[in-house]
Order: sequence, then C-alpha cells, then structure tokens
Amino acid sequence: MDQLLKILSDNALTPAADIARMLGISAEEVRQKIDDYEKRKVILGYKAVIDEDKLNLDRVKAVIEVKVQPEREGGFDRLASRIGKFPEVRSMFLASGTFDFLLFVEGANLREVASFVSETVSTIEGVTATATHFMLKTYKFEGVLMKGQDSNERLSIAP
Amino acid sequence: MSVSPSHPERWIAQHVTGLPRSGIRDFFELVQGVPDVISLGVGEPDFTAPWRAREAAIYALERGRTSYTSNLGLLKLRRAIANFLAKHFQLGYDPEKEILVTVGVSEALDLALRALLDPGDEVIIHQPCFVSYAPSIKLAHAKVVEVVTSPESGFQLDLNALEKAITPKTKAVLINFPCNPTGSTLSSDTARKLAEVIIRNDLLLITDEIYACLVYDQPFVSPASFPGMHERTIYLNGMSKAWAMTGFRLGFVCAPQPLLEAMMRVHQYCMMCASIISQEAAVAALSYCDDDIEQMRQSFHKRRNYLHARFLELGLKCELPQGAFYMFPDIRELGLQSKDFALQLLESQKVAAVPGSAFGSAGEGFLRCCYATSIDELREACDRIGRFLETLR
Ligand SMILES: Cc1ncc(COP(=O)(O)O)c(C=O)c1O
Repeated sequence: MDQLLKILSDNALTPAADIARMLGISAEEVRQKIDDYEKRKVILGYKAVIDEDKLNLDRVKAVIEVKVQPEREGGFDRLASRIGKFPEVRSMFLASGTFDFLLFVEGANLREVASFVSETVSTIEGVTATATHFMLKTYKFEGVLMKGQDSNERLSIAP
Repeated sequence: MSVSPSHPERWIAQHVTGLPRSGIRDFFELVQGVPDVISLGVGEPDFTAPWRAREAAIYALERGRTSYTSNLGLLKLRRAIANFLAKHFQLGYDPEKEILVTVGVSEALDLALRALLDPGDEVIIHQPCFVSYAPSIKLAHAKVVEVVTSPESGFQLDLNALEKAITPKTKAVLINFPCNPTGSTLSSDTARKLAEVIIRNDLLLITDEIYACLVYDQPFVSPASFPGMHERTIYLNGMSKAWAMTGFRLGFVCAPQPLLEAMMRVHQYCMMCASIISQEAAVAALSYCDDDIEQMRQSFHKRRNYLHARFLELGLKCELPQGAFYMFPDIRELGLQSKDFALQLLESQKVAAVPGSAFGSAGEGFLRCCYATSIDELREACDRIGRFLETLR
C-alpha cells in the first residue's frame, strides 16, 4: 500500500505538513495526492475508531449468515445490492463455505435486530436460510485492541 | 603493615578499576528524577516484540520447555538463523558448526573478544561508536586503537585512516554498520574495499550487524559476503533491534568452525546456553515475522524523515542517517559542550537525548536522538527543542 494511505489509515488526522515531512515531499503534493485518492474513490471517507462499549449506547450488534439461491441472471450481486441497501446492514460480504452472505447488522435492541432478520431479510425472495449471532463484547475492532497494549516500560536512557 | 578492612575497593582488579563508568549510565540517573520527560535517549524500539514471538514463548512455557539447551543453541534456531542470513544477506553459514546462539549481541561480542585476543593485541574500532566496544576490548586485555569517522564525510569509515592505524600488533578490526550512534552505514563499495584491506593485511573482521535490517535507502551489503572473508569474519547479529526483542536477550555469532569452537568453549563455561524460552521465541520470529519487521522498518523510515525535516527546519545541522534509528545532529556551533547541552535541554524543556561524548571523544559536539518513538512524541520533542534553541540564540 502507498505509504500515504498507510499513514492516513493509521491516523487520518495527521496534518499534511507532517505527512510531507515523513514522505519527503511537499505539503502541496500531499494534498494533491489525497484529493486524487478521494476523486478516484480509493479513499471513501474518514472515521473515528470508537469503543462503543464505553458509551452505554445499548445498541445491539449481530453477525448474520445468509444462505441464498443465486439468480440465473443476477448471480449474487443483485441480491446483495438489495440486502445491502438496508441501513441496518453496516457491512456485508460474500463468503465461501456453508452460507453465502455475511452481514454485520446493528439495531437499537434485540427485538429490532431479530425482526429485521425474520421479517425483512428472510422474506426476500432467494433467501433460503439465516443464522443470527448476537455479539456480546468487542475485543478487537479494525485491528485495534479495545483494551490497548500494556505500556512498554522502556528505560528513558539506554546505550 | 595491617590493611584497613574498610576499603573493599582494594579487591577490585586493576583493569576494572581503570574502566570508566558509562557516560550513559550517569545521564540515565539524572533523567530518572525528572517527571514528564520525552525521551529521545532510548536505544530500543517502542514496539513490543511481534505477537508470534511472544506467543511462541508462552507456548514453550506451557509445554514445559524449561531446560538447558545444547551449548550452541537449539538446532532448529540455528537453522532458522542460517536461512535468514542466506535469504537477506547472501551469507552462507553451516547451522551445525558455524552458528552459536548467545545472550544478546553483548555476549557474542564479549565471547569473540575473549576467545580471540591475547594480551597486547590491538583492535581497531571506529569512533564515535557503541559504548561497549572499548571497555569490552580492555576486559579482554587487549589494546583499543581508534579511527575517527568525521561528520564531514557523513561518519563513513575512512579506509585510509584505518590502514594507517594498522601495526604488526593489529589482530582485528571491529565495526558496527549501520552505526549506533551516527546512523551511518557502509556502502557496498566501501564494504568491498574494507574486505580488501582486511585480507591484504591478514586481519580478522568482527562485524556487529545488529541494525542490518534497519536501512532505509539502500540494502545493506555485509563485508562478510565478499570472497575470502568467510574464513576471517566474526559476524554478530541478534533479535533486539529489528524484531524489537531486547528483553529476550537473544543474539548469535557466526564464524568459521575453529573460531566458533573457541567462542563456544568460553560460552559453555560462563553462560552454558541462552534461555530456551527466548530461543523458541526467536525461532518463531525468524520464521514468521518478516512482515512485522518490515512494518516496523517502514515506521522508522517515516519517523526518520520526519525528525530530519524538523531538525533542518529548526536550523540544526544534521546528516540524513541511512540506517539504525538514531539521528546525530551537529551542535558544535551552539556554544555548549554536548553534555551541557543535553543537561540544559533536559532541565529546561524535559527532553532527554544522549550527549555525543558518551560514544567517545569524536562524538563531542553532537547529540544522539533516537527516533524509535511515536510521531506525536517526536513532534512534541521538536517543539520543545525549538524553544530551547531560541534561548541559545
Ligand atoms: C551496536 C550495538 N551492538 C550491540 C548492542 C547490544 O545488543 P543486545 O541487546 O543484542 O545485547 C547494541 C544495543 O544497543 C548496539 O547498539
């Protein structure tokens, strides 16, 4: 991956002037490259990584396995775009194995998520089975450990 | 004459009495007392050891792997070392007889010097250099001969000066590139010419390549890799820096079999073997962590560029270091000795860096700043250094 993207994916708030110093290019060039990535939709957005467990939001997250009957013309993609448009679906993948789609779903409470699955997803034509797993606790999200690492007690002066 | 029992110093060996305390140690004690210090004085990565390596250590404990190992070290580790050196540095060492696992490069260096030097032998080192070299040579009862590397040449090894320093008593040349504290490295051309000098003068080369994986502009070419060098090179490397495994205390030395055997004899009586837990961790690190060390190298690369750019913006003269994780800015025109500079910087701005004089008199006028620290800390450190420089101008 381009080092510029690496820096932004580690910390999207890094000032352009600092990125410029790290990469040995001008701040103007940094801004141009970022613009270009945004225009080409390589960069789709910037977000904060939030430990939601700390906020007592009482929101419910679930992973849903969905088995479907792919359509003759549309394959998986048409069904995927239909299911993926629901705002409850935060992320969605086609996966290999005993089911087809893997959905990451969020809702205000258990009932809301359950009814989204039973009344909406399951009733879509082509969906043959679902399995819902409610998430109980987040340990690691997007490469970030929620507990953090213990601080590394380096000596402040060493040879 | 009766001797007063209140002077236990009299029992200390003469050559140890003559050994100066490390300048780093003194400075460390000062820094300890100061709260909220940002330290650029460290000599190790801010990363934790790769999880694969830590997990392998845990697994070793779970399986009850708590015994001694062969004096040479676990064979599977020696094989992993041989593979790593062949793959990355085109070095061919026989894992059965030419590799010895040690407690850090520190032990490997001590073994090499004690096993190979006779009293009166001369060892040439370049200066400024790692703090252990001169004392370790003296502890092996040999004589230190110093060749200065100058800031004007980017702290490159000066082969003419090196050759002039050779006398009939010279037995070995001890080098460290990429270099702690200067960050300079050895071009492949200089490495080849150095090999020629070593061979022409029938010397031994001890090469401490602990930072060899941490280079940013050109791949590192080991002087050990040139024809005719295998039989006269003691090659030192270890897990501390590139794998961020300082606390595991694991290093290794590679050498032709008769020399390795001599070092093994010293090692078997003074150390027996390196910790089996660390050895198991090192097997995992060498086998599975190429990606981890590449990620760390890339971070160091960006931090180097950042710190160098900031230093130049602050008006500090500074070479762009090619390797290791140290920046060695020139403070000669700022009117303070490096020790006073470091002290005042610590007292007034709470930034710790190591005075260049800790690495030998040729380091006077410089400051060693380690950039194995987060960009946020480097940014804050630079802001503070900037404020300090204002007060000097
Ligand atoms: C040049 C050099 N050699 C050797 C060492 C010691 O390394 P180890 O942790 O393997 O004993 C260091 C550590 O700072 C070093 O900078």
